[in-house]
Amino acid sequence: MRGAMAKELLNKKDVERIVSRIAHEIIEKNKGPENICLVGIQRGGVHLAHRIAAKIKAIERVDLPVGSLDISLYRDDINIRRDHPVVRKTAIPFDINGSKVVLIDDVLFTGRSIRAAMDALMDYGRPAAIQLAVLVDRGHRELPIRADYVGKNIPTAKREKIDVQLSEDGFEDNVQLVKAKD
Amino acid sequence: MPESIFIRNGHIIDPSQNIDALGDILIEGGRIAAIELRGAKGKAKTMPVPEGVKTIDATGLHVVPGFVDLHVHLREPGFEHKETIESGTRAAVKGGFSAVCCMPNTSPVNDSDAVTGFILKRAAETALCRVYPIGAITKGQKGEELAEIGGMHDAGCVGFSDDGRPVMNSLIMRRALEYGKAFGTTMISHAEDLHLAAEGVMHEGAASTLFGLRGIPAAAEEVMIARDIILAQMTGGKLHIAHVSTKGSVELIRRAKKDGVNITCETCPHYFSLTDMAVAGYNTAARVNPPLRSEDDVAAIKAGLADGTIDAIATDHAPHHRDDKLVEFDKAMCGISGIETAFALSLRLVGEGVLTMPQLVAALSTRPARIFGLPLGALAVGSAADITIFDASAEWTLDTRQFISKGKNSPFDGLAVTGLVVMTLIEGNIAYSLK
Amino acid sequence: MTHKHLISMRDLTRSDIQQILDTAASFKDVLKRDIKKVPALRGKTVVNLFYEPSTRTRTSFEIAEKRLSTDVVNFAVSASSVTKGESLYDTIKNIESYGVDFVVVRHSSSGVPNFIAQHMDASVINAGDGINEHPTQALLDGLTILEHKGSFAGLEVAIIGDIIHSRVARSNMIGLQTLGANVRFIGPPTLLPPQPPPGVKMYYSLEEGLQGVDVIIMLRIQMERMNKSFFPTTADYFIHWGLTGDRLALAASDAIVMHPGPMNRGIEIASDVADGPQNVILQQVTNGLAVRMSVLYHLSGGEHNA
Repeated sequence: MRGAMAKELLNKKDVERIVSRIAHEIIEKNKGPENICLVGIQRGGVHLAHRIAAKIKAIERVDLPVGSLDISLYRDDINIRRDHPVVRKTAIPFDINGSKVVLIDDVLFTGRSIRAAMDALMDYGRPAAIQLAVLVDRGHRELPIRADYVGKNIPTAKREKIDVQLSEDGFEDNVQLVKAKD
Repeated sequence: MPESIFIRNGHIIDPSQNIDALGDILIEGGRIAAIELRGAKGKAKTMPVPEGVKTIDATGLHVVPGFVDLHVHLREPGFEHKETIESGTRAAVKGGFSAVCCMPNTSPVNDSDAVTGFILKRAAETALCRVYPIGAITKGQKGEELAEIGGMHDAGCVGFSDDGRPVMNSLIMRRALEYGKAFGTTMISHAEDLHLAAEGVMHEGAASTLFGLRGIPAAAEEVMIARDIILAQMTGGKLHIAHVSTKGSVELIRRAKKDGVNITCETCPHYFSLTDMAVAGYNTAARVNPPLRSEDDVAAIKAGLADGTIDAIATDHAPHHRDDKLVEFDKAMCGISGIETAFALSLRLVGEGVLTMPQLVAALSTRPARIFGLPLGALAVGSAADITIFDASAEWTLDTRQFISKGKNSPFDGLAVTGLVVMTLIEGNIAYSLK
Repeated sequence: MTHKHLISMRDLTRSDIQQILDTAASFKDVLKRDIKKVPALRGKTVVNLFYEPSTRTRTSFEIAEKRLSTDVVNFAVSASSVTKGESLYDTIKNIESYGVDFVVVRHSSSGVPNFIAQHMDASVINAGDGINEHPTQALLDGLTILEHKGSFAGLEVAIIGDIIHSRVARSNMIGLQTLGANVRFIGPPTLLPPQPPPGVKMYYSLEEGLQGVDVIIMLRIQMERMNKSFFPTTADYFIHWGLTGDRLALAASDAIVMHPGPMNRGIEIASDVADGPQNVILQQVTNGLAVRMSVLYHLSGGEHNA
């Protein structure tokens, strides 16, 4: 899918600065790191969640709990898709009751994944608040969902794709806009 | 008095007289009045035709003795929802059969002259072809006591069988073969050892393992044929084996004939047209007893027909109601409604080089008639004008919805075949015409 | 995986099986939560059509269905019109008119799931048809083997007992061969197929057959087989084919012992083996739940969409 049709939007340095800024914003908005836990949405949000947690630890010297959440079983398109996505690991080994949960994803698009993530989260307990941090907001919301922390707003055409690659998966960090094939 | 009919320019085949040539046949008073064959040089040598006689142009068609089916189930009395004598014989004439022998597994069982008389009466009232009843060997077909073979013979039964069931008790089968000698009649064996067959629902082999269905081993048929051959040899009685289906059975019969045992046998079109793989998908239309067998068995059946070990092709026409087949495979009733598809399927043997056309006609007509001593299966001057006319090159597709028989249970639905009966005459009357 | 039905293991490719087992592993996590339910199949209806009595399998399916938020209807044979002589065809047509999405069926006749799939629009899951197949059992056995052995390639699996009447044996044989394992059958000649299926070795001797085996799948011996002369007595059977401790020692030292349940102690399996450390039977039960959830999940995809 890559090559001449793709345009780089964010490079390694951009991603690093965004992670740093979002970490600061989370601490600022919540007036400190107390009672916060981070939950990365499979797959794109998990690595970012760990990076943000590491950044917060560097700033505030506090270890925030980090979990991962697979939303496949909560999707609203199970009846429509012919084959189901692979169900990945959900690991929330801490109590979210009364906590402030920051959901973290790489790209915010229609908002349906976030809706599913919130429903899934509710089956683990009753958080005091849920906030959302995304690396890229590409518009085209179909549900009334908004992010609290945004890395970069990137207007896109619906048929285009945003491709996020991270070093944890063996690439150099980058975010690309891939034009739709005609 | 049926009108006179002149059949012109057909390809006449009568194995009983070694006739295989173009020619004409004149029918008068329900009998064959004259046959005129073309000379060796193919010159037309037509006979003078009386004025105003109905002429059938048989150019391009074969003209043969009417087929004789040794084995059908007409279901009447007792199972009229599956078939009646009327619907079964109507289907028979469409299939080219001018005579059928009906099995006694009706309700009540045909084990007395009273039931035989009833069947003959109903046939006289409603049948479109000749009906020859086969009486039961044992009372109620229970296999315990001999039925009134003498009385049934006098009433018109041409042979005896417990078909549908075997005669498991060897002593009873011995007695039947012996007693039958007094009447010159034939005991027809449905060869199946019920214990070996156990709960089998299809042939025991690779296919039954594949489909997860209990199997009936070939041995279940073969052990009974071996027994019956020995009993026939011992008693000197006349034995006919019904629906032969396995390689081992053919070999046993071949050797028995060589040894001079008074034995004849038949097979059915499904045993040389399909294998046990036809059960795939748990297709209840393919459930039949004996079951469809393996490729080796099919090849052996064809070889048995080719060398004359197998005397006749019978249909074992077994119509069933839709409800009897629209069930779990192991609850489905056994049987194929086959009388309307038999000819086209059998004609394939000629195309494959297994039989010549005269041999095919013999297997469908001349030889079956001989087995029960019926005055049929020949086109001799003076014999009854039972004639089948067919088009050996007509292409059509078997369609169970078009079946005349009440039974639409056939695994051949949708099959493209060649060979179509265009007319069946019985005693000079047109019992069936394609047009 | 884009199948509509799960009727035979022959319908599943290696990657289909892998996908089902992977998802089952995730479902095991769901089963450990407080809220053991996910809304994945919310609004769907399943009918459990069990013509054969079976508390275990039916309960396993029922729990799996409920965990996925499916609406469950149990069609109890005894309490229904079946005893009034209603045909299978009429029964399923009636069920169809209720608007059902899944039918989970167990029946004593082979081929019934195929029959139902032919005459009804729902997705059909075979919970055991006659002596033919029991795919979810093979899948849960597969998951259990995977958890203990890590992979299937080259694994030696012995299935022991009444092979010709066992749908568990058949489905396992197919599934394990698809996954690359080597399958062998061990039992008395009367209970083994007359010809070995392709790729399967057969042994009459338990001692010989167990050499080098990594996984042992025991099958139940049913008493009616004795009454139909497949073997003379259960004592004769146990002496020659019962899995005792010293016979188990002939297999690989880390061999696992599986059984679809319920066990006949002292007939096919000795009590010390049944209670021993190599036995993974209870894990099979847990895995059964997760595997059935995974199967339902994967079959629920929209198939009317291109």
